[in-house]
Amino acid sequence: MVQINNAIRKLDKGALPVWYEIPLGGTLVSEGSTEYKTGGWRTKRPIWDPEDCSHCLICWIYCPEMAIQVKDGKITGIDTTLCKGCGICAQECPRDKAMTMAEGGDY
Amino acid sequence: MRKTIGLTGDGAAAEAMRQIDPDVVAAYPITPQTEIVERFAEFVAEGSVRTELVAVESEHSAMSACCGSSAAGARTITCTSSQGLALMHEVLYIAAGNRHPIVLINVNRTLSAPINIHNDQSDSLGSRDCGWIQLYCEGAQEVYDTVIQAVRIAEDPAVLLPVMVCLDGFVVSHNVEPINVLDDQEVKDFVGEFRPAYSLLDTENPVCLGNLTLPEYFFEHKYSQAYALEQSKGVIESVDQEFGAKFGRSYGIVEGYRLEDAEIAIVTLGSMVGTARAVTDELRSQGVKAGVLKIRCYRPFPIDEVVAALKNIKAAAVMEKALSPGAPGPAVFSDVLGALYHKGVHVNLISYVAGLGGRDVPARSIRRVYEHLEKIASSGRVDRILNYLDLRGWQ
Amino acid sequence: MAKMVEIRWHARGGQGAVLASRYLAASAIRENLYFQAFPQFGTERMGAPIVAYTRISDAPINLRCAIERPDMVVVLDPTLLKAVKVTANLKEGGAVIANYPGTVADLARELEVDGQFKVYAVDAYKISSEELGRPIPNTPMVGALARVMGLIKLENILAEFEEQFSHRFKPEIVQKNLQAVRRAYEEVQGL
Repeated sequence: MVQINNAIRKLDKGALPVWYEIPLGGTLVSEGSTEYKTGGWRTKRPIWDPEDCSHCLICWIYCPEMAIQVKDGKITGIDTTLCKGCGICAQECPRDKAMTMAEGGDY
Repeated sequence: MRKTIGLTGDGAAAEAMRQIDPDVVAAYPITPQTEIVERFAEFVAEGSVRTELVAVESEHSAMSACCGSSAAGARTITCTSSQGLALMHEVLYIAAGNRHPIVLINVNRTLSAPINIHNDQSDSLGSRDCGWIQLYCEGAQEVYDTVIQAVRIAEDPAVLLPVMVCLDGFVVSHNVEPINVLDDQEVKDFVGEFRPAYSLLDTENPVCLGNLTLPEYFFEHKYSQAYALEQSKGVIESVDQEFGAKFGRSYGIVEGYRLEDAEIAIVTLGSMVGTARAVTDELRSQGVKAGVLKIRCYRPFPIDEVVAALKNIKAAAVMEKALSPGAPGPAVFSDVLGALYHKGVHVNLISYVAGLGGRDVPARSIRRVYEHLEKIASSGRVDRILNYLDLRGWQ
Repeated sequence: MAKMVEIRWHARGGQGAVLASRYLAASAIRENLYFQAFPQFGTERMGAPIVAYTRISDAPINLRCAIERPDMVVVLDPTLLKAVKVTANLKEGGAVIANYPGTVADLARELEVDGQFKVYAVDAYKISSEELGRPIPNTPMVGALARVMGLIKLENILAEFEEQFSHRFKPEIVQKNLQAVRRAYEEVQGL
């Protein structure tokens, strides 16, 4: 059964895993959610203002899609392939202009 | 040092728990399981275990706390009865589905209504499809030994499923009998250290447990869980054999008692096995070829072993302490029948529901079941498939 | 063939029959005997008549049901003799051992026993009142039963009681209980 299935999977790279290839108890052992490119869901977009930002990283903690890009403890931008436009970052931002939402999904 | 002491079934379970010294016990007391929680709380209070005892506000919370602690990588044990098991019901599926190797000691008691605190097997037999391993014990020594074995079975990397150890309420839980207790160190060595597959507290290897699983994956997940349950039979057997080799007591998946040349047999589980053995001995001394098939491992159901044991029997009765209202037959009966069909074997099989709500199942009543079987064996004709032992107004 | 003795206890809730039956059974370990001790499973209320069972055997006991035909009946409270038919289903030639203030002949008359059963009387209330200062019949009745049954030596029963009681009571209380067991063992009268 395993061999047949491996043969099929060679022919069809997009085939979903069969039952014995599934992780134990549905446990995610990798950061699986970043594989889903949720950027296409966006109808509003966050605007980051590096001038006003204090780099407190609250938006990074709250972002459900890992879309806030950070390097060496500083925010560097927004991953537009992941940001689904939910607005949590702007809601949680303690400053006035550092993170605000704008109408429309396109940057 | 090994020693023989007088213990109740509940006391034997608590003693096994003390020696296992689990990381977490989350439990809520309920009759007739109460003595287990009471005794274990004493062990915690006097410092003879290092266990974190979580005194929860309900059984739903008990099983939820157990799932959490097991996910965190802690060896986890709980115990309940009846309404408590029913209240745990939705979380039982979660424990099995998330593959948490929790051990649950269930002291079998009936389910309300009418309200009744006494023994039958409605509670755990009603939970048979939750994906748990279920082992039924005949007496307190077997309870003690099985609780220790259950830890190893549950945590085996090929299993990683929760195990329910069942004992009949009052009949076993409140009966004092001589129990051979192993040395503390022997038990510790036998159960070994729990090495969880994943742990939520392992920050080096972060995992996400209990994920939403949509239609394109769900079926495969459930099948892999069911497959693990089927495969656990080999582990249950090997752990029991290892226990037997080390400590001189083993029980098997099923046990045939005087079945080799038997013509009639009672198939049953729990404490009724013992009385059926005694009646069999008496009938044998009168020349009746009677036998007993004890089903110790009910989930996974031992299809091959049950059919092999029954294939040459002329007439057999499945006795269980639970009803399946509206079903073609009660749970264990239907499973035995299904097993025979799997293998294309025909046995004249009847069902006896007995002992609901704590009604005693005396030797004389079991004798009557054998008499019924003798009639079927000699005539080759089953008169009535579904029977109710000692039910007033039923003839 | 295994030899088994089946004992039925009659008492009132709170008299300690279940505990006594358990301690008696546990002392059987000291004779390498097998045993079971269990209450009749009902609702237990202080003062209400209760029943408990003990099986003692030289082989492992398979039976997991109430005792149908006891070999012996132990009655912890004399007022039960009128309230309950204590000789019900007692085996022919079996024994009744009762806490009873009168003579054995009086007891036999009260039980309407005429040779079909053996009858034994001991004034357990008097013994426990004198030894313990309170009329607690359970420990003396174990002493009386041990004498009649003969399966378990008195010294083993005393040793087991001492071990069990020392977890619960002060040494002088333990010794008083042991003395009550000893006295009942000596004072029980048979017919």
